[in-house]
Amino acid sequence: MLFENYDVIVVGAGHAGSEAAAAAANLGSKVLLITMNLQTIAQMSCNPAMGGIAKGQIVREIDAMGGYSGIVTDKTMIQFRMLNKSKGPAMWSPRAQSDRVMFSNEWRRKLEMTTNVDFWQDTVVGLLVKDKRVIGVKTGMGLEINSKSVVLTNGTFLNGIIHIGEKSFGGGRMGDKASTGITEQLVELGFRSDRMKTGTPVRIDGRSINFEKLIEQKGDDEPGGFSYFEQPKLKQQRSCWIAYTSLKVHETLRTGFHLSPMFSGRIEGIGPRYCPSIEDKIDRFAGKDSHQLFVEPEGWDTIEYYLNGFSSSLPDYVQVKALRQIEGFENAKIFRPGYAIEYDFFPPEQLFHTLETKLINNLYFAGQINGTTGYEEAAAQGLMAGINAHLKVREQDPLILGRAEAYIGVLIDDLITKGVDEPYRMFTSRAEYRILLRQDNADARLTEKSFKLGLASKERMDLFVTKQEKIMILIEMLRSVSVDPNAVNGYLESSGTSLITAKQKLANLLLRPQLSLTGLLEFLPSELKSITSGYDKAVLESTEIILKYEGYIEKEKEMADKLARLEDVKLKLEFDYHSLQSLSYEAREKLSEIKPSTLGQASRISGISPSDISVLAIFLGR
Amino acid sequence: MHFDFQNNDTICALSTAPGMAAIAVLRISGEKTFEIVNKVFRAKSKHFSIDNAQSHKAWFGSIFDGEEMLDEVLVTIFRKPHSYTGEDIAEISCHGSVYIQQQLFGLIMKNGARPATAGEFTMRGFAHQRFDLAQAEAVADLIASNSKTTHELAIKQMRGGFSDKISMLRQGLVDFASLIELELDFAEEDVEFADRNEFYRLLHEIQTEIKVLTDSFQTGNVIKTGIPVAIIGKPNVGKSTLLNAILNEEKAIVSEIPGTTRDVIEDTIIIEGYNFRFIDTAGLRDSEDIIENMGIERTYEKIKQASIILYVCDLASCKGESAEEMLEEFRSFIQDENKHFILIGNKIDMMDEIPGHFSEMVELETIFVSAKRKENIQLIADSLVKSVKKLNLNADTIVSNARHYHALSKASEALHAVEKNFREGLPTDLIAIDIRSALHYLGSITGQIVTEELLQNIFGKFCIGK
Repeated sequence: MLFENYDVIVVGAGHAGSEAAAAAANLGSKVLLITMNLQTIAQMSCNPAMGGIAKGQIVREIDAMGGYSGIVTDKTMIQFRMLNKSKGPAMWSPRAQSDRVMFSNEWRRKLEMTTNVDFWQDTVVGLLVKDKRVIGVKTGMGLEINSKSVVLTNGTFLNGIIHIGEKSFGGGRMGDKASTGITEQLVELGFRSDRMKTGTPVRIDGRSINFEKLIEQKGDDEPGGFSYFEQPKLKQQRSCWIAYTSLKVHETLRTGFHLSPMFSGRIEGIGPRYCPSIEDKIDRFAGKDSHQLFVEPEGWDTIEYYLNGFSSSLPDYVQVKALRQIEGFENAKIFRPGYAIEYDFFPPEQLFHTLETKLINNLYFAGQINGTTGYEEAAAQGLMAGINAHLKVREQDPLILGRAEAYIGVLIDDLITKGVDEPYRMFTSRAEYRILLRQDNADARLTEKSFKLGLASKERMDLFVTKQEKIMILIEMLRSVSVDPNAVNGYLESSGTSLITAKQKLANLLLRPQLSLTGLLEFLPSELKSITSGYDKAVLESTEIILKYEGYIEKEKEMADKLARLEDVKLKLEFDYHSLQSLSYEAREKLSEIKPSTLGQASRISGISPSDISVLAIFLGR
Repeated sequence: MHFDFQNNDTICALSTAPGMAAIAVLRISGEKTFEIVNKVFRAKSKHFSIDNAQSHKAWFGSIFDGEEMLDEVLVTIFRKPHSYTGEDIAEISCHGSVYIQQQLFGLIMKNGARPATAGEFTMRGFAHQRFDLAQAEAVADLIASNSKTTHELAIKQMRGGFSDKISMLRQGLVDFASLIELELDFAEEDVEFADRNEFYRLLHEIQTEIKVLTDSFQTGNVIKTGIPVAIIGKPNVGKSTLLNAILNEEKAIVSEIPGTTRDVIEDTIIIEGYNFRFIDTAGLRDSEDIIENMGIERTYEKIKQASIILYVCDLASCKGESAEEMLEEFRSFIQDENKHFILIGNKIDMMDEIPGHFSEMVELETIFVSAKRKENIQLIADSLVKSVKKLNLNADTIVSNARHYHALSKASEALHAVEKNFREGLPTDLIAIDIRSALHYLGSITGQIVTEELLQNIFGKFCIGK
């Protein structure tokens, strides 16, 4: 036998597949990672960046649980920014530009260092299924490899078609073959599949860009990172640049519209509303004279640049002509044009919260195959699918994260409950309890849970416990130490806030928006100051947020608790909703299809009205 | 509280008040309704068949238990979904003897129905989406209504005016909240979707509406529980006698001993369709008696709660200094603009004529009566009705439900924070927390937001048979 019987086979080694393989293997499963090309593990097929609003929080969560995306990003980033610092802490979002090649190499190194992960370069063309249970895969080389579970992370490769203007050809990504066979077999097994579309912009030769005409966007003065493990901080960073389209650019792009596969109807897939192509933006926001573009370097020492915001599937010559009308790009040369790609996905209502399919046991889907977009969303699903595949094989209880617990919980619950009608991307607005799901406290939310599972390491857990202790001590100090008006009024005046007339607790003063924790720490008695002087930035940041925004945090906690009661009402998966005549017809259909596991989940299904929920609640005798 | 919907089982209850009456109505609802009716009912008309009988029509015939005839009845049929519960319903009007009621009820049970629990008919109507929560609550109010005003109020709410208004307010806020969220989602790009001035306008509009609604709660509450009328005055001026005269029955203990009424006595009476709740009080005086003092204290409490106050004085003993004192006390009372004070000059039976020194009283629109002889009592009734008409009972929407009032107040509180924080330039993601909270409370009124406490709250209130 060429292969042993694996616990988990992961098909695809993108962001989802890599996290899935790492998680299952670190938990102790024997894992085989199969990919068409072992040189492009965790390839950044689109822009060379991780994080951003809501997505940065996801990467922090993955890290808190012991996934690798955060560590790999920290090791390979060339610029770091904390977005939205002027907003409340729920919105603070880490974002990093990475060196594309280093990112991929680092991921491969990480996986190679993971015991229990085997590699195999091949194409999976079918699944081995017996009695509604997956028992392995068939490959393009004609091999049958057995396993107790399979995680499919096929990305954009299933029947992928690339479009550039009137040209189109099969492919899973520029330069890679598409994958066929899996969709057809799954449909035969009873799965529903549909088409989706996404796109990517041109890559430009940096030597041909006139940067003097662009606006520089530097990294943070004190760059942070994604991982809760301390990483060496960036000593130097590369800048991004901002450019703008003009009416003239728009006119030029319009001349190619009749040749666009989007407008001519040759693409059937649904495109992303949130990351639209430039032609989509011009068409939809006809009143807007200019759109913002970000010029992002692809690595430390490459001349290749990525033009974020200029995604297009117009003919290459139209793309270049329009590009050269943008200020700063008059003489631009390109490495390759933008293109659109169309691919198969499986509407995710066909999954359980574990990402296991409802139809075939031990088969898991993660990433773009579920209709999502984004490395972070894919990685999060991969992590959860890897964890749950392992737990299922070991006959242990699944791990499901709640909506008040993690963006990952929101992501998966949204997918399987509401389905997707366009590529799904995470936003902070999708979370009901945004201020509970902050980037600073992902460890407090998830690390202990993951440690108990056996995924987060002892080292990580110790680090977390130490941090929590320090936060507690600091909070206690600030709540008990009062300052004298004489001592503090000078500082208050210089900070532009009103003076105090009687002694006040430091925690109270911290509530004032004008005052910061570092400023107030100066007023601790010297014996306490010496204790806190060694506290790192992360401890100070979390402490400050907890105290400053306590009122808001408590408010959301209260709301979450109130609604959690509906989450606690379990529904039977095999309940016959058609027998509940009081439900609307649509509700009966939807509930039968989605099989919600709680009343709370049922309430989030589109087409389920509050009165349907009342009927269910009443039926359950609540 | 458990309702078994799965089998759509059939429920039955007496819908009229228990006890003997001219007629009684039994209501049956559920899948087996017509099957049961078919077993026990023989229509007079030969053309009648339960499957073809027209909906919303009454049929004359007899009820049989086997071969034994029980009663002649009218059966009204309502086919689903056009019925109160949204299910098949039959209402059987029988003669109102308690025996017949019991026999008929037992017969229907025997044939496959089960007794309905409190509120179950309405619960089913709600479950079949015949009406929303606020409307369901209005049904409970309608049943409980005992006067023209409570009835009008309930009817308005049942028709959905209140729900419509709340939904409309909420929708405006939802629209704005989604713009704010959009801004947050695209915070990295140069966008501002939500027009701040437009938002202030919207907030102001919603707050104004909510204020009108919460203000109306006092009125609504007054209507539901009766307009409180306190009868106050010095001991032994005849307050209890006056109350008795108004109620036209001997409710309060009347005696010649001052301070007889030690506690507060309440009773309600409907005058021209308005429900008044009269409160007889202990006489106001300095007393050594602990119990009496407690009564006096309670009197002041009641004065606070009353909308209308009848200040009674004894004309016969009200002379010189004591008259001055009394008038002074009365004037100090009428400073309160929220209450309507009426001065009652009692015991005209003891006078030959209204003495001149009461001319000042006349200016205060005093009503001169004899409680003992029930003279001029009608004048008091007229005056009460006139002052009630000044209350704004004709507003489109009046909040009469404590749950609604609470939710509206909470929503208003949250919106107040929203506006304040916007003006102070707080980050919008924090403001969004208060917006979400306001949406939650508004949605909980009509049931757009379902919480457990809400469901428990509503349906226990109904009497069985509704």
